[in-house]
Amino acid sequence: MQAIVDQIKAKAQELLAAGTVDRVLGWEAGELAYDRTPAVFGPAEALDGLKYDLFCAANLSKYLIAETKKEGKVLALLKPCDTYSFNQLLHEHRIRREGVYVLGIPCRGKIDVRKLAAMGMEGITGVEDDGTTLTVHTLYGDHTCSREEALLERCLCCKGKEHKAFDEVIADPEPYTEPDRDRFSMVSKLEAMAPQERFAFWQGELSKCIRCNACRNVCPACSCLNCVFDNPASGVSGKANVDPFEEQLFHIIRAFHVAGRCTDCGECSRVCPQGIPLHLLNRKFIQDINRFYGEYQAGADPDARGPLTSYTTGDVEPSVVSKGGAK
Amino acid sequence: MQAVTEKKPFTPLIVAFCCNWCSYAGADLAGTSRLSYPANVKIIRVPCSCRVNPLFILRAFQRGADGVILCGCHPGDCHYSTGNYYTRRRMTLLFSMLDYLGIERERTRVEWVSAAEGTKFAATMNDFVQTITELGENVKLGDLRCKQ
Amino acid sequence: MSSLQKIGVFVCWCGSNIAATVDVKAVAEAASHEPGVVFATDYQYMCSEGGQARIREAIREYGLTGIVICSCSPRMHEATFRKTAQAAGLNPYMVEIANIREQCSWIHRDMAEGTEKAIILAKAAIAKLHLNTPLKAGESPVVKRALVIGGGIAGIQTALDIADAGYEVDIVEKTPTIGGKMAQLDKTFPTLDCAACILTPKMVEAAQNEKIHLYTWSEVQSVKGFVGNFTVEIRKKARYVDETKCTGCGLCMEKCPSRKTKSEFNLGLSNRTAIYIPFAQAIPNVPVIDTEACLKFKTGKCGICQKNCAAGAIDYEQKDEIITQQYGAIVAATGFNPISLERYDEFAYSQSPDVITSLELERLMNAAGPTKGVLLRPSDHEHPKTIVFVQCVGSRDTTDCGKPYCSKICCMYTAKHAMMIREKYPDTDVHVFYIDVRTPGKNFDEFYRRAVEQYGVDYIKGMVGKVVPHDGKLLVQGSDLIGGEQIKIDADLVVLAAAIEPDKSARPLATMLTASMDTNDFFTEAHPKLRPVESPTAGVFLSGVCQGPKDIPETVAQAGAAAAKVIGLLAKDKLVGNPCVAHSNELMCNGCATCENVCPYGAIGYIDKEINDHGRREVRRIALVNEAVCQGCGACTVACPSGAMDLKGFSNQQIMAEVDAICKP
Repeated sequence: MQAIVDQIKAKAQELLAAGTVDRVLGWEAGELAYDRTPAVFGPAEALDGLKYDLFCAANLSKYLIAETKKEGKVLALLKPCDTYSFNQLLHEHRIRREGVYVLGIPCRGKIDVRKLAAMGMEGITGVEDDGTTLTVHTLYGDHTCSREEALLERCLCCKGKEHKAFDEVIADPEPYTEPDRDRFSMVSKLEAMAPQERFAFWQGELSKCIRCNACRNVCPACSCLNCVFDNPASGVSGKANVDPFEEQLFHIIRAFHVAGRCTDCGECSRVCPQGIPLHLLNRKFIQDINRFYGEYQAGADPDARGPLTSYTTGDVEPSVVSKGGAK
Repeated sequence: MQAVTEKKPFTPLIVAFCCNWCSYAGADLAGTSRLSYPANVKIIRVPCSCRVNPLFILRAFQRGADGVILCGCHPGDCHYSTGNYYTRRRMTLLFSMLDYLGIERERTRVEWVSAAEGTKFAATMNDFVQTITELGENVKLGDLRCKQ
Repeated sequence: MSSLQKIGVFVCWCGSNIAATVDVKAVAEAASHEPGVVFATDYQYMCSEGGQARIREAIREYGLTGIVICSCSPRMHEATFRKTAQAAGLNPYMVEIANIREQCSWIHRDMAEGTEKAIILAKAAIAKLHLNTPLKAGESPVVKRALVIGGGIAGIQTALDIADAGYEVDIVEKTPTIGGKMAQLDKTFPTLDCAACILTPKMVEAAQNEKIHLYTWSEVQSVKGFVGNFTVEIRKKARYVDETKCTGCGLCMEKCPSRKTKSEFNLGLSNRTAIYIPFAQAIPNVPVIDTEACLKFKTGKCGICQKNCAAGAIDYEQKDEIITQQYGAIVAATGFNPISLERYDEFAYSQSPDVITSLELERLMNAAGPTKGVLLRPSDHEHPKTIVFVQCVGSRDTTDCGKPYCSKICCMYTAKHAMMIREKYPDTDVHVFYIDVRTPGKNFDEFYRRAVEQYGVDYIKGMVGKVVPHDGKLLVQGSDLIGGEQIKIDADLVVLAAAIEPDKSARPLATMLTASMDTNDFFTEAHPKLRPVESPTAGVFLSGVCQGPKDIPETVAQAGAAAAKVIGLLAKDKLVGNPCVAHSNELMCNGCATCENVCPYGAIGYIDKEINDHGRREVRRIALVNEAVCQGCGACTVACPSGAMDLKGFSNQQIMAEVDAICKP
């Protein structure tokens, strides 16, 4: 891992020195050992604070909307899965391509701190990775667990090692076989439930929502300058406490607005302080899109037309849903 | 205090969005032909079925509608040539999502009704009202989050 | 409801049509208690002059800012009441109709039920009206000039008809001459009159009409603008012959030493020179130099044509020229081609010169064709004694090679060919393999019956499985579905009725015009039944096969219809748009282009604009709706994730206000 970090830093220094870029978008250490916060590094010497490790889960693509509005050129460190969001934002004209130099960096999955906590690990000070097992150092001693036990759910359904957009790539020096679990298994499980069970499941989950908007703020697809839920003219703005249905409405509409554009980066669920599995809403749409309109991965191709902005004359009718076709 | 009145049988509230060119004209034809369907169906005119935002549908449920039906020109006959194709995709996905959330699938429907299909319009509304009546009052969408 | 509207509500009895099942007084009474309502009344016939007078009086007397009419369907009298409002000085879009007849009194029998519903419908209309704003339809001028793209019979006829009405028309034709496919035909069904005899006078007429300007050997390079005001760039390709000097004497062609290029006009069945006109009656009668064949261009040596041209018209230095012109209307008339048969190995089209397409047969039978109209086999110039026609080659074919649609003209021209051959060469055996014979059209079936009954053409229901060239013959193996047997025929000539497909130039043109196409690359009509010659893109019209397979009479009819539509447009001084169009709130727009993707009219464009977002100034890419082009469907409003895009007259807030009013207990 250190070798990769050194390589990234060396490349960043080189591009800064050459004047190709004038700043670097990466991660810096936060308050706790596992906090890795997106940050922009200015002059070359300050790169000491740049971190890249198993905790650097944040998808940096969305930050490029603001960064590429600025003068000059920013070096963006993008993991393979982040490049999908990058492409989608390019497709939507949200990122100025000339304003960014994409350095594709390798990724072997990121840790879900919640999973570590669930395994009883508290006061985490660091982690070591030997490729199959993680050794987690805590204030109360060391713990070990398998990588798969600790990785983020999205990393267990990894989209692959390939960067879909880059100016340059730093290759992983060691081989890494990404886990390839079925990302739709939980969606299928929910679909198989009785309607009242499903309702109870979502009632339980969504009633936890505190409308903190973290999901919206982190989502690269939810990048509107002004969200409908903040716009008084939309008729649905800021009603979190008025009506209990509002949270439900918020999440359905949010998922609908990103349908066909969501790359399934999983950031919504990662940042939800209430642990609501919001990605299961997005994945439902993705699975339906694949099922009804053919396989589609948002962001795989920046020129592809999205499934909700295209159609075929022979598309399925909405009644397919009641006929069990959606199950 | 008011006297306790006898409970009325359940009559659902139905909101029907109809496109101006086909289905609204189909609804007019149902009237011109003196066909009947229950008075609890209220029609909102939109230029095209593709004007119907999922927000409108959810809003109707939120405000107490028991069923929402969306009517447009038959695919291929859209006045704006492609509007209802987008409607079809949007509503298929939205309905599937509502179903996924455990909300009764029967409460939402899309029907393609041409300007000549007054009979189909009336029959569709009668059928939809009957379905929703059997299903009962909309509680899940009006009051999902339990705040005990 | 916090608006400052002063609303008047007018409840119509419609005689007893409404009043019999709706208590109109109760509706007016209930409406009068709604916020903003300052006046409510009922009247027997609101649409009558008396009713309208009451509305006008009330508007003036109460200073109404908007009116709700509870009456019949808006499809019936919305326009009437808008005019009434306008007459009293109110904006016509400050009118809402509550449909309490077709959607209430006529479908309900119970007075209480009907009245209750009518009140709710009135309330919904009032709620909506509170959010109405005065709308003004945009106006745009109309350039009185039309562009016709394609110079076949469709384009020629359209141009002639438009010119006849007194408007300027330009025809852009990509080949060196106008005339198109019809110029290549020998005779036309079902009358068997000679194609050239009826086409060439029209070509001459087009050339001589002072309102028509021909741009041959030219292509449309770009199209900007919108209905009434298109700006088109036309690339006039270098001809290397000065049109203003050339006299059309033909000496250059006589003297040209490069004579081995396959003639496009004769479909490769004869050769032409490097400097050439496609055929003798070409218009303009000005040659073009094929630089790939010309020795001067290939080697720098030659120049014989220049030396021989007394008019001094040959100019090897000529360059492509770009012409920019404004048009009010554009007609696509890009026509068709037979499909390539290279992938149909079973018919041996690529293996044997004696397997030909029907269009090639037209050339072989044409008196001006390579064989001077004598039917000779291409391989040995012998008279074919046994001829097999195969229909539906690539038509109604759902495999990758073919086309799923019926090409429509093949049944008739095959009957024509079979009949003409039997007429001219009675000793020839003619067999036709068909799947179905389709002859809808005036005198079409009679024509086909004549081929069978009078001329003894052998029609076999079935498909040919294989054609094998063997010893100077073509062994045709097919099945006879009616006889239930396999058939083998030793043929001298096999003629394939190849499917027709839109010209390849149509697809890029459609993109330039933002006109939509179907999956087969035929242009889509604005409405398949009611607006068959208009494209959904305003100001773009369709003529001929570019819209779908059709024969000459149909093409001419459609060409005239397209011309009529163009004339109707050009006759207007100003175009008044529909004011209920989409509008993007620039403060909320992300510039993401999602709306543009679903717009069927190409009405949405993007500009970079400095936005002052609550004191923060920045240049943003934002959507801009062209109100002259937008038809107001609203597809963009739902596609827009930020809600920036809204529809005037049917805004998000207006529709939700209706929803709320209906759902309110």
